[in-house]
Amino acid sequence: MTDLSRLRSDFPVLARKVNGKPLIYLDSAATTQKPVQVLDAMDTFYRQHNSNVHRGGHSLAVEATDLYEGARAKIAKFINAASPGEVVFTRGTTNGINTIAYGWALYRLGEGDRILLTSMEHHANMVPWQLVTRHTGAELVYLPFTDGYLVDTSRLDEVLDERVKIVAISGMSNVLGTIGPVTEVAAAARTVGALVVVDAAQRVPHIPTDVQKMDIDFLAFGAHKMLGPTGVGALWGRPERLEEMEPAEGGGEMIRDVHLYESTWAEVPQKFEAGTPPIAEAIGFGAAVDYLSAVGMETVRQHEMDVAGYALERLSEIPDLTVYGPIDLKQRGGVISFTLADIHPHDLATILDDHGIAVRAGHHCARPLHRVLDIPATARASFYIYNIREEVDTLVDALQEARRLFGVA
Amino acid sequence: MSLEEMYRQVILDHYRNPRHSGRLEHPDAHAEGDNPLCGDEISLDVAVDGDVVGDIRIIGKGCSISQASASMMAEAVVGKSIGEIRELAHRFKVMLEIEEGDAGIDPERPGAVLGDLEALQGVRRFPVRIKCADLPWVTLAEALDGLAPQ
Repeated sequence: MTDLSRLRSDFPVLARKVNGKPLIYLDSAATTQKPVQVLDAMDTFYRQHNSNVHRGGHSLAVEATDLYEGARAKIAKFINAASPGEVVFTRGTTNGINTIAYGWALYRLGEGDRILLTSMEHHANMVPWQLVTRHTGAELVYLPFTDGYLVDTSRLDEVLDERVKIVAISGMSNVLGTIGPVTEVAAAARTVGALVVVDAAQRVPHIPTDVQKMDIDFLAFGAHKMLGPTGVGALWGRPERLEEMEPAEGGGEMIRDVHLYESTWAEVPQKFEAGTPPIAEAIGFGAAVDYLSAVGMETVRQHEMDVAGYALERLSEIPDLTVYGPIDLKQRGGVISFTLADIHPHDLATILDDHGIAVRAGHHCARPLHRVLDIPATARASFYIYNIREEVDTLVDALQEARRLFGVA
Repeated sequence: MSLEEMYRQVILDHYRNPRHSGRLEHPDAHAEGDNPLCGDEISLDVAVDGDVVGDIRIIGKGCSISQASASMMAEAVVGKSIGEIRELAHRFKVMLEIEEGDAGIDPERPGAVLGDLEALQGVRRFPVRIKCADLPWVTLAEALDGLAPQ
């Protein structure tokens, strides 16, 4: 068992009370809390170095550019990219996937082509591809999941053939916690020559990631789900894919030269970074990566398996509680979605909030998944490095209180 | 105000045994409402006789507050004129602090003015849930607004 409780004092918000109770933050799958190291990095940038990047010859501009590009290098190292140039700053995971949809798919797909997704995807890895089908006439096909909440790779041959040009798969489900079978799906995709896109919003923050060991083309993730600020993310791309991809947005920063009727593009990755980027946020992202690197991603993973395992064990003591997701910790992360008797998830969220416990209730941006499960909503507790077993105990007590309030026998 | 006061027995009873549940074969008015943020849904049929709501049927899904509120509303409005219903809606919204005014509720005589609806008073201490309680009333107002002028 890994003890990371010493880290809790780095997170100022964990010291506050909610409804008179110590905050128990179990909504990290929505966004994580931020350590002082990240807050300080952004604050220092604005107080000491604030300037635009990649332009201007003055000292602050050079410092800002060095900090911004330094953050890119840290993020590249964090996912073991071969070069910082393979990492594009985005506004987040959603923006990263849209960049591929509008920069690659839109130019290369047409009638008769297919995009393969799984039915457990977040809307962010579904709707951009729907938009692509509207423009191109390509169609979507889906890989279902099993009764055990695992992506059903045994049915790959039913949906994967030469018509599939893109396979876009979640690295970890934000509802079920299921770790996506990226290696297996990517290997299959290669046999038909399809591009592989990984929605890694819930994966990079929780599992050691090495893009050189993954035979994929794109990996999109965001800073705010891994201790960083909102508004910035990263898109890793295989160099040849980034070269052939068109920019989804035009403007300043992304050009080499501009004429009245045509322009040429800057080199990758600037080609994809139109306009002034979120500079302070990118620097905060770099600080978040430093923080996670210092803890060690293997340790992060071990800690989450410990807390999630303990939570699954304790939740199983509560009658009428159903968990939606794999039971085997090797197949899942620290996201636990559940329902309790006939108590609606929003009522559960209100009751838990009264105990200072933050969980999310609803469809978690995965309505198609909830339709497959045939439930309108779930309550979701999600864990990160700052959560401890004692918080799970309080959660369980509060859920027992919910049963009592609702008179569930 | 505590959780016990929000989740009163009468609310849970309406949640689990919704009154006026179902559809009307020939409704004079129909409206659907939803709260996209939390997924609460209300679909409601109204039959009017002159100026009076003769019957109402509701199909809904969602949290206990939205569904209990719908059930209580249905009981409260059947047999009342549209004018009386608008007045009742106003009092209900005042009770939840959605609108300004005097709900006319007598603390000495609980339930005397708004009936079971008064049980929803506790919701006003939970701001994110007020929309749940109000959804059926918003939906009913839309249905009544859609009626041909009498």
